[in-house]
Amino acid sequence: MTDLLATQGLSKRFGDFVAMNGVTLGLPAGRLTAIIGPNGAGKTTFINLATGAHLPDTGTVFFKGEAITRLAVHRRIRKGLSRSFQIMNIFAQLSVLENMLVPVLARHGRAGIPSHRIERESAAIAEARALLREIGLSGEERLRAGALSHGDQRLLELGIAVAPAPELCFLDEPSSGLTPVERARVLDLIRRFSAERRTTFVIVEHDMDVVFSLAQWIVVMNRGQVLAEGPPAEIRENRAVREVYLGELA
Amino acid sequence: MTGRLSRRAATLVALLVVALFLLPWVAGHYPVYLAMQILILAVFSLGFNLLFGYTGLLSFGQAGFFAVGAYGCAKILLAVPNLLLGILGGVAAAGVAALLLGILSVRHTRIYFSMLTLAFGMMIFSIAWKWRDYTGGDDGLVGVPRAPLEIPGVFTVSVAALDRYYYVVLVLSLVAIYVMHRLVHSPLGLTLQAIRDSEVRAEFAGVPVRKYRLAAFTIAGLYAGLAGALLPPLENTVTPPIAHWSTSAEPVLATLMGGIHAFSGPIVGAFLFLVIKDVIFRFTEYWLIWFGVIVVALVLGFPGGVMSIFEKRARAAPRDEEPA
Repeated sequence: MTDLLATQGLSKRFGDFVAMNGVTLGLPAGRLTAIIGPNGAGKTTFINLATGAHLPDTGTVFFKGEAITRLAVHRRIRKGLSRSFQIMNIFAQLSVLENMLVPVLARHGRAGIPSHRIERESAAIAEARALLREIGLSGEERLRAGALSHGDQRLLELGIAVAPAPELCFLDEPSSGLTPVERARVLDLIRRFSAERRTTFVIVEHDMDVVFSLAQWIVVMNRGQVLAEGPPAEIRENRAVREVYLGELA
Repeated sequence: MTGRLSRRAATLVALLVVALFLLPWVAGHYPVYLAMQILILAVFSLGFNLLFGYTGLLSFGQAGFFAVGAYGCAKILLAVPNLLLGILGGVAAAGVAALLLGILSVRHTRIYFSMLTLAFGMMIFSIAWKWRDYTGGDDGLVGVPRAPLEIPGVFTVSVAALDRYYYVVLVLSLVAIYVMHRLVHSPLGLTLQAIRDSEVRAEFAGVPVRKYRLAAFTIAGLYAGLAGALLPPLENTVTPPIAHWSTSAEPVLATLMGGIHAFSGPIVGAFLFLVIKDVIFRFTEYWLIWFGVIVVALVLGFPGGVMSIFEKRARAAPRDEEPA
């Protein structure tokens, strides 16, 4: 498999704390990967460095073979990267439909048009509505996004993350705080988007049921380094992994 | 999402515009003068609210661009008595100043942005105060003519009379209000509101946040410049206090009184601000104390501004048309 995103010797310190220590990792297209590890292992830092939220101290990030280490975030999004956040991050004062329109307009290069009413962006509105139908929020399109339930906000955030039509999408704890029914909906959507939109998902998740039911490949991180990677069955049997992480759950 | 006015609101706006056009016919000089002050502050506040209410950036330095517009217009009118040239020159100068200072300011947000804009605004105040050869120092620029509105060889209209100049202020203000209404209901307006709600989410939605912040800052500067450029022909003079931070506080207060989340908030706020100030001023020399009390009462009584009441009602009422 060709790597869609690859990192080479990625390191990041926050003061004395080493958050990432020389991580070299490849994420191939079409393989649903889960990154797991105990708190402080560097999972979210890896996403932040890969997507440009933080710049690494050393190391390189490649996307489709091109070095993007210092590229601005919005340019990475245009190249085909996207992400969701561990802490809910939506446009709370905007309506549900407007939340979806923002990334769709940006993708079409129409976010900065000052001269006509937004209603004239009929193609973007149709696309945003189609996405809302897919995530099951079309009935709420006029509602202020901040007034949605936590579960619906998670769905909306997933919608915003896939709206730029990314080739690679990082989801940071997509099932956190969800009821079992809501979690099943989110997982179903991830599978569907993965199959129908050909988006490669990389999820960071603490819920091992979610990880083992969804992931085709698991990367285990510990203390800013990759401890192990492989298919779920192999990771489940990996002794080092059981000791540092899975063992903690037993 | 829709920027279309309801039938009732459209009728109200039409009646208000007609009333404003008829004002010089039915009212004396002072109400006309006060109406011009209100229109100027409304334009100033609308630009400020594009930054604050729509983009989430609180600027304390807008008076700097107001002054650049005013001094620019006054200098041109003192050299070339052409009102159109003066106003356009003032607006352009303010736009350039906003663009240049914006490049430095929009790299920051929250209190850092506010303090930077305050510092830049006070720098402009210092220049107006100290650069005597160009700005007239503390005396300011005096004898600014209310020059004719003309395009050489095409038309010339004298606006020397206050009533005539009122129509210049009215028409330009209405155009500015219309343009701003279009802008905030456009894709750019939506993008700015997204940046206000979450700059990180907006950046990860593919929006070049800093570029759009700079656009909003420059547009707000152009509006401050237009408001400032309309002032010298009205007052026939320009003095440094118009660049002071206390002038920057006027659109802040007007917008807070009217409402930051309603398009008409800054316009209604400008009306309230100047009318309340004018009424109190007639009764007491300690007008600032009473004015302060009223502003505090209004802000506490209507946390979202006076127009928030109508916004809530409009949201509660069923809409008469579906958005496209």
